[in-house]
Amino acid sequence: MSNKNHLKKVSLEIGSGGKLMKEFISREIITLFKNEILDELHDSALLPENFAFTTDSYVVDPIFFPGGDIGTLCVNGTVNDLIVSGAKPLYITLALILEEGFSLIDLRKILNSIRRSAKKANVKIVSGDTKVVKKGQGDKIYINTSGLGILIARPRIKEIKPGDKIIVTGNLGEHALSIMLARGDFGLEAPIKSDCAPLNFLLPLWEKGVLWMRDITRGGLATVLNELVEELPYSCIIYEEKLPLSPPVKGATEILGIDPLYLACEGRAVIITEDNKASSILKEIKKNELGKDASIIGEISEKFGKPGELLLKTLSGGWRLLEPLTSELLPRIC
Amino acid sequence: MEINTLRNREFIVAILKKIQEKIKKINYSPKIMEVCGTHTMTIHKFGLRRLLKDSGVEMLSGPGCPVCVTPNEIIEAAIDLLSNHENLILATFGDMTRVPTRKGSLMTSTPAKGSFKKIIYSPEECLLLAKENENKEVVFFGVGFETTIPSIAFTVKKAYEEKISNFSLLSALWLIPPPLKSIVESKDINIHGFLYPGHVSTIIGKIPYEFIAKDYKIPGTITGFEPGDILLGINDILDQILEDKPSVTIQYKRVVKEEGNPKARSLMYEVFEEKDANWRGLGLIPKSGLKLKEKFSQFDAEKKFGFKIKAQSKDLKGCRCGDVLKGLISPLECPLFRKACYPESPKGPCMVSFEGACLAYYKYGY
Amino acid sequence: MCLGIPAKVIEIRKDNTGKVDYLGTKIKVNFSLIEDVKIGDYVILHAGFAISKLDEKEAQETLSLLKEFIDK
Repeated sequence: MSNKNHLKKVSLEIGSGGKLMKEFISREIITLFKNEILDELHDSALLPENFAFTTDSYVVDPIFFPGGDIGTLCVNGTVNDLIVSGAKPLYITLALILEEGFSLIDLRKILNSIRRSAKKANVKIVSGDTKVVKKGQGDKIYINTSGLGILIARPRIKEIKPGDKIIVTGNLGEHALSIMLARGDFGLEAPIKSDCAPLNFLLPLWEKGVLWMRDITRGGLATVLNELVEELPYSCIIYEEKLPLSPPVKGATEILGIDPLYLACEGRAVIITEDNKASSILKEIKKNELGKDASIIGEISEKFGKPGELLLKTLSGGWRLLEPLTSELLPRIC
Repeated sequence: MEINTLRNREFIVAILKKIQEKIKKINYSPKIMEVCGTHTMTIHKFGLRRLLKDSGVEMLSGPGCPVCVTPNEIIEAAIDLLSNHENLILATFGDMTRVPTRKGSLMTSTPAKGSFKKIIYSPEECLLLAKENENKEVVFFGVGFETTIPSIAFTVKKAYEEKISNFSLLSALWLIPPPLKSIVESKDINIHGFLYPGHVSTIIGKIPYEFIAKDYKIPGTITGFEPGDILLGINDILDQILEDKPSVTIQYKRVVKEEGNPKARSLMYEVFEEKDANWRGLGLIPKSGLKLKEKFSQFDAEKKFGFKIKAQSKDLKGCRCGDVLKGLISPLECPLFRKACYPESPKGPCMVSFEGACLAYYKYGY
Repeated sequence: MCLGIPAKVIEIRKDNTGKVDYLGTKIKVNFSLIEDVKIGDYVILHAGFAISKLDEKEAQETLSLLKEFIDK
């Protein structure tokens, strides 16, 4: 970018999960801490001792939203990072940064959400920390969770080839929209709840033909698939008619003029499977309540587009190049 | 009304076939300008550009895109307000925040102490912001064409009636007919038809475009925003060419009336009056913009904060957006293309627009 | 910001504001720029304002025109 501001001050954009954040991390973090594990830049660090280790911080605003709260997010987000890296999640640490004056009733609600989510995801909270900052120096509550899991499989990105299928495990865009609803933006009302959930039910699929998985968070499906396809000598084709979208999400995104392909989820994964295993994997996913709307949305290709491109075949039959988001459309979404 | 029918692949294929037949009859590949930024977006969103090119129609992106034509100096003024004034709320529509300038974009700019930016959906939200934040100044960076201007006029009038003092407007208000006049008046124009903007036309009706058909014999039709609408519009233009009867028709009849929306227009001109305006890539066009009337001048942010936006040099030396917009040259023939002008550092609207001609060439090669 | 979606009017207040519904999503709207709006009408929204009403008859005609292309 031709602006020099980013060299002097931190801007909101570098925290928002798109191209600009990647550039920031590459420039300021990776160059400083270079090592063979970090360089792989997976969602979780894959350690030679057969563990996976990850960390995430949660600054979502507002802290309560339809379908969840910062507590459900901070467990599920970290658990899912482990699962999509091929690890069975075992232990979580919990660090709280609380603003002076934050309601104890709200704190207890959040802690109970954490307890329930940990139970559902089959993980134990084993260590933590609590800090309190002066009123005005934090925003109610920020949470950091780190997660440790044991590797049961390793993503096989190098084995991905043309014909391999792309599966999305459920309806898109519900988390991002639930945040917009909770913010009361635009007087919007819709029967939409966050999809925040643990993806443990996907773990057994690693042994059944899954090559690669990613949870669809900031930047949405289009950004996540772009991160994959950039590493491949092939292109990626997805079909608009196959995208799982609930009618309220279709309605809300049309009315607001936003693209569901770029909306964050917090309990949906995109999976690359071997071609001949796709149908059986889809069947398995659909057996679970959280996967009932799963769909095969496309494939890896060498016939259309150039290597590294993500293409959408639109409802009208035309093609659209999907680029990664420069920065997340909504601030503080997770 | 079944939206999906207007996106239905079967219909698209059938109309394209008809379009191809008509192009064979006229025996050349027509260049059709879609004036409105939202048409450009729809064409991009549904992948129609390529489909149309393969059928023999070349789409040119016109100047009806506020993001594209608002020059840097206005956006930089917004950034300055946000970064240099404490306790200021800069309210804006989302799409403006990503346009890059020499001072970065609104998105990347750091607010001064106690200040922040707020992305709004309706201009009325500014008045709510002003009431809820009495110790802060709310500046609405209001950018738009005739579709948006009435709602901005309504908001200013309401602020006046309710005596809201901590609200002001930094405006970039553009009128559609003047740049079209500029484009068709220049010699060597190479456009064979116009898709007129559907929603601007709900406000202004069809009369403002009639001079293009009458005096310059170029056909056009006011078109809706679904793929089916756009293709029906192009089909209509081809009929006008075949019958040699250029006129202004209304494809978007379900929403646009011949007389437009007189109520909205009268509100517009109650609050605003015409002024000469400087367009990115097209330069100074007489009576092509709007400014607040004297009665409402207390809401003028320039007056309130004591600054004057100076037009930067008309066109960057070498910028040939004007010629690209007229369909005279392809982006490849512009000396700045790919050298001084590229998406992260655009010099003219053709590179800023989401799928403006130059950006399309840059990304897709056509 | 142009939205071409016709949304159904479900609430109209005395101050000319109200709500519309599209596929189950409801949003606030200001009707001050148009005349004679009734519950059940379809309107075109832009930046929180209704700028035009949908003419059902014309809408049906557009759809029929579209369908003619298949038959031709």
